[in-house]
Order: sequence, then structure tokens, then C-alpha cells
Amino acid sequence: MELTKEQRIEMYWMMLLARRLDERAWVLHRQGKIAFHISGIGQEAAQVGAAFALNRGEDWVTPYYRDLALMICLGYTPREFVLSLMGKQGEPSSGGRQMPSHWSLRRANAVSHSAPVATQACHAAGIALAMKMQKKDQVVLTTIGEGSTSQGEWYEAVNWAAVHQLPVIFLVENNQYAISVPQEKQMAVRSSADKACGLGLEGLTVDGTDPYKVYEVVARAAEKARSGNGPTVIEARMYRITPHSSDDDDRTYRSREEVEEHKQRDPILVVRSRLEQEGLLTPEQVEGMEARAREMVDDAVQFATQAPYPNVEEGTYPVYAEEVRHD
Amino acid sequence: MTEMTLIEAIRQAMDEEMARDPNVFIVGEDVGIRGGVFRATVGLFDKYGADRVIDSPLAELSIVGVGIGAALYGMKPICEIQFSDFIYPAYNQIISEAAKMCYRSNGEWTVPMVIRAPYGGGIGGGLYHSQSPEAMFAQVPGLKVVIPSNPYDAKGLLKSAVRDPNPVIFFEPKKGYRLIKGEVPEGEFTVPIGPARISRAGTDVSVFAYGMMHYYALQAAEKVAAEGISVEVVDLRTLYPVDRETILASVQRTGKALIVHEANLTGGYGAEVAATIAEGAFTDLDAPVRRLCGPDVPGVPFSHPLQDWFMPNPEKISSAIRELARY
Ligand SMILES: Cc1ncc(C[n+]2csc(CCOP(=O)(O)OP(=O)(O)O)c2C)c(N)n1
Ligand SMILES: [Mg+2]
Repeated sequence: MELTKEQRIEMYWMMLLARRLDERAWVLHRQGKIAFHISGIGQEAAQVGAAFALNRGEDWVTPYYRDLALMICLGYTPREFVLSLMGKQGEPSSGGRQMPSHWSLRRANAVSHSAPVATQACHAAGIALAMKMQKKDQVVLTTIGEGSTSQGEWYEAVNWAAVHQLPVIFLVENNQYAISVPQEKQMAVRSSADKACGLGLEGLTVDGTDPYKVYEVVARAAEKARSGNGPTVIEARMYRITPHSSDDDDRTYRSREEVEEHKQRDPILVVRSRLEQEGLLTPEQVEGMEARAREMVDDAVQFATQAPYPNVEEGTYPVYAEEVRHD
Repeated sequence: MTEMTLIEAIRQAMDEEMARDPNVFIVGEDVGIRGGVFRATVGLFDKYGADRVIDSPLAELSIVGVGIGAALYGMKPICEIQFSDFIYPAYNQIISEAAKMCYRSNGEWTVPMVIRAPYGGGIGGGLYHSQSPEAMFAQVPGLKVVIPSNPYDAKGLLKSAVRDPNPVIFFEPKKGYRLIKGEVPEGEFTVPIGPARISRAGTDVSVFAYGMMHYYALQAAEKVAAEGISVEVVDLRTLYPVDRETILASVQRTGKALIVHEANLTGGYGAEVAATIAEGAFTDLDAPVRRLCGPDVPGVPFSHPLQDWFMPNPEKISSAIRELARY
């Protein structure tokens, strides 16, 4: 369970790649090249930490819209992401049917989710129920924002998992806001993990800006789940550095000073300087990573820009499983 | 051939499908040791065990949501909603998730599941144990909506529903559970989802109905036959997708159409049948299309005279047929 040096560096690389890709999406939006972006900036550390704690490709994930870094760790490519930003043909999550960042990646056991928040939590419980029935050695990770844990769907899912001791990890990415609404208007507990005790399972809170701490906590929860000891709620605390989405103006509800303060503690900067201090990375190596990320993002944008849109005829199917086309 | 009741046919279908396919399982409230409040699952708990006949928490949303998750993993859940009146907490999961999963993921994910729900009035159930919400589901692409009217169809259609790779909503006319009896052949058979069935051939008036109202329509047809009116009765059976050919062909033969359902009139399923006829058989019509439906009040009232006022019955159907025949 101890992370190797290589893994720790790899985790930083995943955070960095997701960040640069995410930043490019904002640029594309400002340039009028895409219609919408919803960002994971500030949440990469927790997502990467959680992803690395999984047996990726074997374990299942029911993600939510801020999980770009998580999806990258599962093998979702920058090209695929920019295809989805532009609604281009062959985009693997939905073939251009869903808004960007509504993930699905069958090859990675990452399940399609919708826009109504918290719906994915019950699916995670159901997948885990099936795993248990089939005596599989797998776990499910499901992610959600802290605001969305107010939904009955989330409580029902956690309750099911607790009653049946299902192998689920409920990861709450607490970025302190649900659009404009702060945590204290969302819940009376200090951490959404505290809700777990009312439902009879373990709840843990972790610094979500530290990928290695998140890794540790999620890895332990995964081991527990795999050995038949049931689900865990984990709240990872972080800050949503960007507005809610490209349609939001966060100046209407929070101060610039507050946002600036959190930018100073941006996990990308913190993890980088930590790795440099520990002698695991040199500034030159980081420069190399930056160059590689830039190259991949440029390539993705170029690739997606040239890619065709779906034919209108593609909009007619597949409403039913019988209409699924395999090509 | 064995004579059996509607509910026995439903139970037998589930039993046979569970014996055939180890991935089939039942989940719902009181379905286990109690065998369901209507006793649809009696004996299955003893035969297949608590792992395959699961007493869920009292929460419809997660009965369906967890079912969806299990279906995504490759299981085949039969979710029982105790009364269709209590299906609304699960509406989000049915509409936003089950119905849209295949389309939104471009066929990467499908949801093979059955949702069984007893529906209908005339049983002294008042507003919340009598509802017929089929129209709210029969306008949702991605779902299949089935309502059997007799034991043979109930068994054959339910077996088809279990084998269908899509989410199927299976509404069962609960007043008919023990009232409606019929011959069911020994051994393996299925009834395809999709086609309507001409259950009585006739030349003067077509009556379109399903479920309990189809049972009454046959009685009404018999009654007016003695008066020299020849009625063709069409059992719609699958409400969605719509079997437009059978509807139009019948109107082409008779020139007159009566649609009967116990759900309220406005926006009900009859409106779709009427529109189908107006679009496709306008020149064949010898009289205006007539709908005999529950009145536009929020539910079936409890008090006996009020319930009788609400419910269509063989007498009311006979009168409507006579009026149409005279036109
Ligand atoms: C059921 C539902 N209601 C409202 C919305 C609109 N909406 C989208 S995201 C959001 C806030 C979610 O906040 P949180 O759960 O904290 O996640 P975050 O966006 O902060 O990551 C809202 C209200 C929605 N998508 N679904
Ligand atoms: Mg939030």
C-alpha cells in the first residue's frame, strides 16, 4: 500500500495534465470555440489520490462532473475530452449526446451519469450489490459534491450499502460551495462524513488537497470493502477555485480575497514544491512535464477541431438496446 | 393447459425465469418472507433464498436506483413497487436514469430490468392505492410499458420483459389478480412485447383497452352482441412502443373507435390512441372517436358510491358502445 517514488511522481503528472487540459477548456470557452465548461480545478489532488487507490480497470466508478482528473487516471484521453467539449463524433462518453463532463467510459468500468445530482450514488450501491452476489473481488468508488449529499438519493444509497455491507466508497468532494450556496446552508454537521454515523458506517474526513493522504484513506477503505467489511463515507476537503461553470459569475457571492487566498494553496503548487523539496523532482523535470502536457493538450485541441460532428441521423438512436450499433 | 389466476401466472413467470437464469433476482418491499403484500412472490423466498428475493428498505427510489446499478453490472433485477401509487419517489431514477442510459451513453450502457407495479382502482383503495399512472411512463422513449389483461399474456409478457435488454415497466391490474382466470399452457412460451392483440373480432365498433378495462370491454362486447352490435376488442397490451398498425387496421374495419381506460381523461393514454386514429384513419371514421375514462379528479375516491362514479365498468362501456353504434 506504500506508494513508490514513481507512483508519487505519476500522481503529480496526472494532476498536472488534468489541470492544463481544464485550463485550456476555459480558454476555448473564452474564444467562443466551445459552448460550456464545468471545471475540476482545485479538486485534482483528491481525485488522483482516490483513483490510485483503486484497482483501475477492475474496480468500478460512478463519477460526477468535476472528475476530469479521476477520468484521466482511468485512461480517458485528452483527445476524448476535447471531442466531448466540442460535441464531436466518436466522443466516447455519449457520442455527443450529453453535455461535456458527463462521463462514461465502459472500457474503464466508469458508468454513465446524468445531470440530476446524486443519481449515481444508488447505481454504485446496486453495482456493489451485484458484485457481492457474484462474489467478485471488486469495489465501487462513487463521487459527489458536498451540496448533493443533501439529496435523499444519497442517503438511500449509503443506507443500502450499510445494510448490506456493500463494497462501496462514497467519496464526497467538498469544495465548500454548491454553485453559490456554502456548506453551512447545506448541512448542520461539520463534515458530510459525520452523516455516516447516523447510518451505521464509518465516516472519515481528509485533506483533499493532499493526494497522498487521500490515497491512504481511500486505499484503506478499499481494502476494508474488499475483505467484506462494508462501505465508507470519505469527505475530502478542498476549494472550488473557479466559478461553478462557464455560465456562472462567482463575484456575485464570494470575495476575490477569499478565492486568492485559496489560489495560494493550490494543490498543484503545493505538491510540486513538496516533491522538489523531497528531491523527487527537479525544476527541469517539472518543465519537461509542462512541455509534455502542453503538447498533449495542443494535439487534443487540433485533433478535435478537425474531427467531424455527428451526422444528424445519429440522433435517432440508440433509444433501445436493440438499436446499439457496434462499429 | 391449467387454469390459473393472473397473479399465479405472474408468480410462475418469475419462478421460471429465476430457475432459468441465476442473474434474475427480485427486490422490493415485503417481497421476501411475506411473499409480497399481494402475495405475488409467495414461495420464491423459500426456493431461492434471501440473496435473490431481497426485502429492500422502505424506499422506492433506491429499489429502482439500486436495481439499475445491478443491471449495469449484468444482473437482471425484477423490482417490485408495492403499489403504483408509490412509484413517484422512483420517478427520477426511471426517467432520468433507466430510460436515458442507453441513448445517453451511445449504447455503451444498457439497463435490462423489470419494474412491476400493481395499478388500478375499484378495490376500495382510495386516492393512494388505486392509481393508474401509465400515461406518465408511456410517453418516455427508452422505456417499454406493458399491461397484461389475462393470465396467458401476463406470464408470456413478463417472461419477455425479464429477457428484454431494456427497462420494462410492467403494470399489473391488481383488481384482476384473483378475479381474472384463464388457461395457461404447460411449458415454455413467451408473448412478444410490442404487438397489440385482437381479442374479439367484430365489424361495427372497435374498443381499445388494456388491463382491467380490457376484461370489462370483453364483457361489454358480449352484452351488446345480444343486441346485434358486433364489437371488435383490441387489447393494447404494450402501451409503449405503440402498435399503430393494429389500431389503424381495426378502425379501417369498423369505422368507429371507443377507447377505455380508468386513468383520468385529460392527457391520458387514450389521447395518443385518438391522435393515432385521427392521423392515420381519418377517412375511415364514421363517427367521432370516443373516450371513456376516469374523470379528471386527482384520484379515485374511497367511499363506495364515489368509487363507482369514478370507475368505468361493463355497463358504462356498453352504453358508450351503443351510442357509438347508433351514430
Ligand atoms: C437534482 C438537481 N438539482 C439541481 C441541479 C443544478 N445544479 C447543478 S450542480 C449544482 C450544485 C452542486 O453542488 P455540489 O454538490 O456541492 O457539487 P459541486 O458542483 O460543488 O462540485 C446544482 C444546484 C442539478 N444538476 N440536479
Ligand atoms: Mg460543492
